Amino acid sequence: MASEAVAGRRSAGHRLADLFHGRERLQVGALLAGPVGWLVIGYLGSLALLLVAAFWSVDPLSGSTIKEFTFENFESLVNEPVYRDIVWRTVRTALLVTLTDAVIAFPIAFYMAKLASRRGKALLVIGILLPLWSSYLVKVYAWRTLLSANGAINWALDPIGLSGPGYGQTAVWLVMSYLWLPYMILPIYAGLERIPNSLISASEDLGASPFTTFRRVILPLGFPAVVAGSIFTFSLTLGDYITPRLVSNDQFIGNVIFSNVANNQPFAAALAIVPIVVTIAYLLVARRLGAFEHV
Amino acid sequence: MLLRAAVVAGLAFIYVPLVVIVIYAFNSSKILEWPPPGFTTHWFSQAFENEAAREAFFTSLKAGVAASAIALVLGTLASLAVARHRFFGRETISFLVILPIALPGIVTGVAISNTFTQVLDVPLSLFTVVVGHATFCIVIVYNNAVARLRRLSGSFEEASADLGAHTWQTFRYVTFPGMRSALIAGGLLAFALSFDEIIVTNFTIGAGEQTLPIWIYSNLFRPHELPIVNAVAVLVILISIIPVYLAHRLGAEEGGATGGRGAGGGVETEATAVP
Amino acid sequence: MRRRDGNPARTAWLVVAGLVVFMLALAGCGGGSDDTTGAGGSSSEALQKLGKGEGEVSLISWAGYVEPDWSKPFEQKTGCKVNNKEAGTSDEMVELMKTGQYDGVSASGNATARLVAAGLVAPVNTDLVPNYETVFSDLKDQPYNTFEDVNYGIPHGRGANLLMWNGNDVKPAPNSWEVTLDPKVAAKYKGKISQYDDPMSIAEAAVYLKTHQPDLGIENPYELNQEQFDAAVGLLEEQKPLVGEYWSEAAKQISAFAGGDVAVGTTWQYQYFALEEEGVPVQASPASQGFLPKEGATGWSDTWMIAKDAKHPNCMYEWMNWIIEPKVNAEVAEWFGEAPAQELSCKETENKNFCAEYHAEEPDFWKRVYYWETPLADCGNGEENCMDYNDWVKAWTTIKG
Repeated sequence: MASEAVAGRRSAGHRLADLFHGRERLQVGALLAGPVGWLVIGYLGSLALLLVAAFWSVDPLSGSTIKEFTFENFESLVNEPVYRDIVWRTVRTALLVTLTDAVIAFPIAFYMAKLASRRGKALLVIGILLPLWSSYLVKVYAWRTLLSANGAINWALDPIGLSGPGYGQTAVWLVMSYLWLPYMILPIYAGLERIPNSLISASEDLGASPFTTFRRVILPLGFPAVVAGSIFTFSLTLGDYITPRLVSNDQFIGNVIFSNVANNQPFAAALAIVPIVVTIAYLLVARRLGAFEHV
Repeated sequence: MLLRAAVVAGLAFIYVPLVVIVIYAFNSSKILEWPPPGFTTHWFSQAFENEAAREAFFTSLKAGVAASAIALVLGTLASLAVARHRFFGRETISFLVILPIALPGIVTGVAISNTFTQVLDVPLSLFTVVVGHATFCIVIVYNNAVARLRRLSGSFEEASADLGAHTWQTFRYVTFPGMRSALIAGGLLAFALSFDEIIVTNFTIGAGEQTLPIWIYSNLFRPHELPIVNAVAVLVILISIIPVYLAHRLGAEEGGATGGRGAGGGVETEATAVP
Repeated sequence: MRRRDGNPARTAWLVVAGLVVFMLALAGCGGGSDDTTGAGGSSSEALQKLGKGEGEVSLISWAGYVEPDWSKPFEQKTGCKVNNKEAGTSDEMVELMKTGQYDGVSASGNATARLVAAGLVAPVNTDLVPNYETVFSDLKDQPYNTFEDVNYGIPHGRGANLLMWNGNDVKPAPNSWEVTLDPKVAAKYKGKISQYDDPMSIAEAAVYLKTHQPDLGIENPYELNQEQFDAAVGLLEEQKPLVGEYWSEAAKQISAFAGGDVAVGTTWQYQYFALEEEGVPVQASPASQGFLPKEGATGWSDTWMIAKDAKHPNCMYEWMNWIIEPKVNAEVAEWFGEAPAQELSCKETENKNFCAEYHAEEPDFWKRVYYWETPLADCGNGEENCMDYNDWVKAWTTIKG
């Protein structure tokens, strides 16, 4: 290292580094060129090319695009009630799943962060991570079989006279809550871990009951982590079309996009704008609530 | 205690369907009756012999390695810029990297597929799949790297510069070793994500190839093949204990806990979920 | 929370604004190269001479059309490795063909016209397909495989959609579509009805209405004016609360029937055979196979088409010839449960009565089967006010809700 400088000769790498030295802008530019180029030109550019088709229409027979500016796709979206129903159904499920997962995840994450032994913590983390490696498709299909008329859930509930939810909206909510739960547990765990134990002790010393400590110390400090986890439960539910297809007859936004992508891409593009706008809005709200901050 | 009961209930919720998958993998009935009439390991031997499944497995491995590699490079570059410098638009970078994962997979998949086939005239193949996967894997590496960089004081790098090291040397001898375990953990998680991805892959893959999720999806509804699918899934879970354990150990070394994400798109870092 | 340099929100909005401007500019300009190849049926040329096989062929097919029993011998004989992608609906097939990654597709009538109009397929030179000569004559030069007097494909086989029911759950044995389409009769099986998840179901409703509401004047269930269309759609909307599952993949329906989630619905012979084999007590309309409910039925007559600019055209022609090889087409027909396209196959079937049971040699039978077609605005009788395929797709989305 230092020997090069001592020897007085400068290698090519050294000379290149000199070029960057002190020139902050150049350094940043060089660092960002790759990722930003890839994401902005490659990814956002592709998105723009797709979404521009939302302003075009399609010839019904050949399926080729008529590249003339028109609002007809958006008019259909707004005027026909079925699309509003589908969008609302999707958003509503996304919110429900997020709420459900937050409620289930918080106790588990709290236990992992504050109460588990070192060994218990490690086991729990591995235990939460492992199901992520089992195939998404296999998990959904397992639920499909569980929920079917002759499946395990009905078989288990039959002796006590109940029956399972079968396929439908309840099934979709149940399966999605199941699928994304680990993505909620881990951020909350990470967030809660960073709360110094001294704060909790201080709260107790000041005479707060465990519930009050939870409500006024732990929850506010852990909330940004909950929001961070919710980004995934929300966006993953919003965009999924495979689960609704496998455990229900109901259409989500993704299903309608999927069924139009082949023969009416302009309309599919117009449809696609909806979840994009919703997701970006959610991300902005999440940022406002602190999800993007490191403490 | 109430809390302990909640934890147990939650874990039960997570694991019961997995146990069902394992039971079905040994189910001797072809139409997967419940309760299973008998048990057999027949499906596992069939899984090993199934040529399409093996090929799909290796294709997924190849795609995962390539996508993770690209994501590692791009994610590290971006994280260095964001964590160590101030510039116009810095906050937007975090927003930008998360978009490919947050937006619906079908949108990402169709957009990339269209750009390749219609604008660039590039046929769909494993290459296009890797491009798609790398795009949404960047954020995972990025988050882990940024989190680590923020905990590593910049003063080490200043000291290194004061001692006469130039930019590469500082990176190579000071920054990188500090980041290494976070990058490995991020890379492993990115690999897991790519390995299980189905939606974007569906739109970007060529005719003659299959990744493992594509193979699973095409066999999910064939009554004769479904039990093999369950066996394959169980095998994947078993094999994956190794990388999960590795990722955890590497994260734990630095005193934090690693988050994980297998399918679809989640992001965990040792410090927090999103930068 | 420290404030960072630069106003982040402003940056974000600048980027978004820039992209929106870029997009609108693209939309406004409109010109430039067309994404899809222009329409024009006969502008592409058929292969003139068969050359050496290219070593592989990529196909899109319906479930059960490309099975190892006849694809493996094909590979051995011609050296063309078969890559097969199964699709559940015609829409999927058209979408896959648009990617340009496949050499051929087994297209039904609601895809063929679209593929030709979109310039995705090339005419077929039937001189290069020796087995074509002995294909049933009422399958040749049909409106779904011949466009402007140019042949675009090789017939695969044909069949009628069946009404299938679980013998234990549905009594008495139905012989009419009313059991799934008449709201009063179907209500008995609420939550147990299985309906095909595709706009073609509108044609099923139209076939039903042709018999039960003759004053609507429905002639061709794919050429419906607004009034007829609304009636068919209305019927399906009334059906929706009674449907247990809309199936889009054959095997999905099999698992639903086997799991007891559905008990009656439209199906193909393929699923019927599979369920019988699993020991599920299914029956099809009525007891014997190949019969029709009294209103008639929708059906299909499928055609193998070759992609324009296919990467492996010689192997594709070999495949098209192979699939109507007498022994092969017999195997194919018996495996799936449809009438073969190849006349000589009737002597090769294992079941000596197969062709009789499936009415393969009875053109009159097929007059009650309404093969899938692409709905067009052109009503065929001089009028232009029929509903086109986009209308059907939109209506289907609304029906499913």
